[in-house]
Amino acid sequence: MKVLAAMSGGVDSAVAAARAAEAGHDVTGIHLALSRNPQSYRSGARGCCTIEDSNDARRAADVIGIPFYVWDLSDRFHEDVVEDFLDEYAAGRTPNPCLRCNEKIKFAAVLDRALGLGFDAVATGHYAQLRTGADGLIEMHRAVDHGKDQSYVLGVLDQEQLAHSVFPLGDSRKEDVRREAAARGLLVADKPDSHDICFVADGDNAGWLREKLGDRAPNQGGDIVDATTGDVLGRHEGTVGFTIGQRKGLRIGRPAPDGKPRFVLDIEPVSGTVTVGPRERLAIDRITGVRARWCGTVPSEPLHGTVQLRAHGDEHRAVVSVVSTSSTTEGAGSTTEGAGSTTEEAGSTTEEVRIELLDPAYGIAPGQAAVIYDGSRVVGSATIASTARASVAPAGGPR
Amino acid sequence: MNSPPTVYLDHAATTPMLPAAVSAMTAHLLDVGNPSSLHASGRQARRIVEESRETIASTLNCRPGEVVFTSGGTEADNLALKGIFWARRAADPARTRILSTSVEHHAVLDPLHWLAEREGAQVELLPVDRQARLDVDALRAAVERDPASMALISVMWANNEVGTLQPVDEVVALAAEHGIPVHTDAVQAVGAVPVDFAASGVDALTLTGHKVGGPYGVGALVVRREVDVTALVHGGGQERDIRSGTIDTPAIAGLAAAVELSVKQQAEHAARISRLRDRLVAGVLDAVPTAVANGDPTRRLPGNAHLTFPGCEGDSLLMLLDARGIECSTGSACSAGVPQASHVLLAMGCSDEEARSSLRFSLGHTSTPGDVDALLEAIGPVVERARAAKRH
Repeated sequence: MKVLAAMSGGVDSAVAAARAAEAGHDVTGIHLALSRNPQSYRSGARGCCTIEDSNDARRAADVIGIPFYVWDLSDRFHEDVVEDFLDEYAAGRTPNPCLRCNEKIKFAAVLDRALGLGFDAVATGHYAQLRTGADGLIEMHRAVDHGKDQSYVLGVLDQEQLAHSVFPLGDSRKEDVRREAAARGLLVADKPDSHDICFVADGDNAGWLREKLGDRAPNQGGDIVDATTGDVLGRHEGTVGFTIGQRKGLRIGRPAPDGKPRFVLDIEPVSGTVTVGPRERLAIDRITGVRARWCGTVPSEPLHGTVQLRAHGDEHRAVVSVVSTSSTTEGAGSTTEGAGSTTEEAGSTTEEVRIELLDPAYGIAPGQAAVIYDGSRVVGSATIASTARASVAPAGGPR
Repeated sequence: MNSPPTVYLDHAATTPMLPAAVSAMTAHLLDVGNPSSLHASGRQARRIVEESRETIASTLNCRPGEVVFTSGGTEADNLALKGIFWARRAADPARTRILSTSVEHHAVLDPLHWLAEREGAQVELLPVDRQARLDVDALRAAVERDPASMALISVMWANNEVGTLQPVDEVVALAAEHGIPVHTDAVQAVGAVPVDFAASGVDALTLTGHKVGGPYGVGALVVRREVDVTALVHGGGQERDIRSGTIDTPAIAGLAAAVELSVKQQAEHAARISRLRDRLVAGVLDAVPTAVANGDPTRRLPGNAHLTFPGCEGDSLLMLLDARGIECSTGSACSAGVPQASHVLLAMGCSDEEARSSLRFSLGHTSTPGDVDALLEAIGPVVERARAAKRH
């Protein structure tokens, strides 16, 4: 196969490219330039957007012995990922830009261009496993190394995208990948993992959001209200810095009457009201998801599986039902036809996903992705639109 | 994997060393002797350097004392722009304006931006026409707006991306009316078109080794003795007190051999590679009827072909050709390999889209008809493929 290896400049994608080449594929390395101004993104050796990272990727390609190019995807990245991230926050939601990047950039813009140029697949250093199921469809499973498993951020990929993806690290443990990198003479073997959002230079999300959103911020301040008593406990300078489930940095002078810590329960973007209260009020067990994306077949009956609600988060036992909404989208036809095109606009889906958690989850915010698993297999994903507690009043739910 | 034989069509980026330059350079790699030392070995090294200087001077028609060796074209450009600006302003504080063109190499543009930002220079980049040729009337108007405030004018001899020759003679005539010094970056011109320093009337001229079949890392600023230049690099004052650093004898010997031979063979070389280039352009236009040839059709570098391929990404074309062993350039500025739309094409009035759809093929002394044949065979399918990739 002709394989295009996306190389971030980190150890994982370097080893992935090396393994693809060693497997006999005709591999070409590319580094994605995602920042319009490389200096403005995170500096140091932790991100994937700096000149240093680009040079690291180039040197890894030299060592592997494959051609290497830089592809400028900065405009697409800005439009589809950074702007979307800001729009989501402006609307009071908590998005995951990594899923968005995989859906719109790595396995869409890059994959489409690669296929057009005559490549058969894109290889990345994601920790996830692909295998062909009994029905002939490509299945994505969690990585062998559960601590590094990245199937969550790949939960947006459809069958067509998976059919043109290669994840050479899914069967490996991180420490083995590092050891292999060293053995292969890749200088990035000891490079630290990246954790934060790559386009937020210093890791200060709240500060970055305040600066970038400016007047687009949903509010410039509001009250912090006690959920139990209704008392106004203080003021804040904008809800952008708050996340549901947050405990630290609330700067409430008064302790709760019962002395227990208080958490952000709800964020009201228009009024700017942040409701705080005890942890148990964070519990939710009903989720409504939109913009569903399916790796293979859409579940026709309620699925007894698990859901994961944040990257490296816990697995929650759940029953997932797909509800066809009475969408009036003209000529949409079957909602399962989306697998035919990698550039399909996922927002056009007419499905809604209802998730019942068997045990409550805490601190779940609209905008986060719910990724649905059947055992180790990724079934699909949906963007959380609202959450609720079946027995008690909604928290962070529909208003 | 078997790699196909390399078809090198990027001589404007760097061209292979001429065997004569390799011999001249390697002959001195084992010699000891700092040209600034006073003993016999030092004198012998100095003699090589001064003979090289004389060779370059007689080849380019300047005086030996006007050749200032540098580490290459970028340093020579920096020395000319900053050094002449500082000296002119020191002599008269009113002289703060620098006029240049919007299609200069970054080795000129970046020092000019620096001078504007850090030294209070008023830099004006004058427009060019669709062929990248300087609008001399605009230059005249800019000069005449306030001649007394002029520090210098810098106009490249030949454009490195699209190959257009600039009207340096007209620039010199205009500048002479007002006593304004003129610098020209002739990195692409020496050995490719006739360059006569004294006859040109320019005050300072940049050349570099690796574009004329000499080594990397060595070049020169040819600068008239009468022109005051403030030093950029301070130290031993080895080069006329305006450039310091131990003199690189072997590299200078290689540079002189390359300049001498390439200039001696210029007419014959230009005739040969312009025929090849014309066949390349005609063949590409034949294979890809929608392609457009850029730059001045006649007043241009003999080895330069620059083409726009509508509906294709230049990056995709480059990658697909590279995979077939054909090496060319998108002619774009690369910082960390991040491709940006060429400022030259944008200045010529191309859209961002057109600028990103272009390739430069540049021929040189090792180019053969077979190189052109290989490109003409590949270009049709490659353009088809790149179009398909972009349509997605």
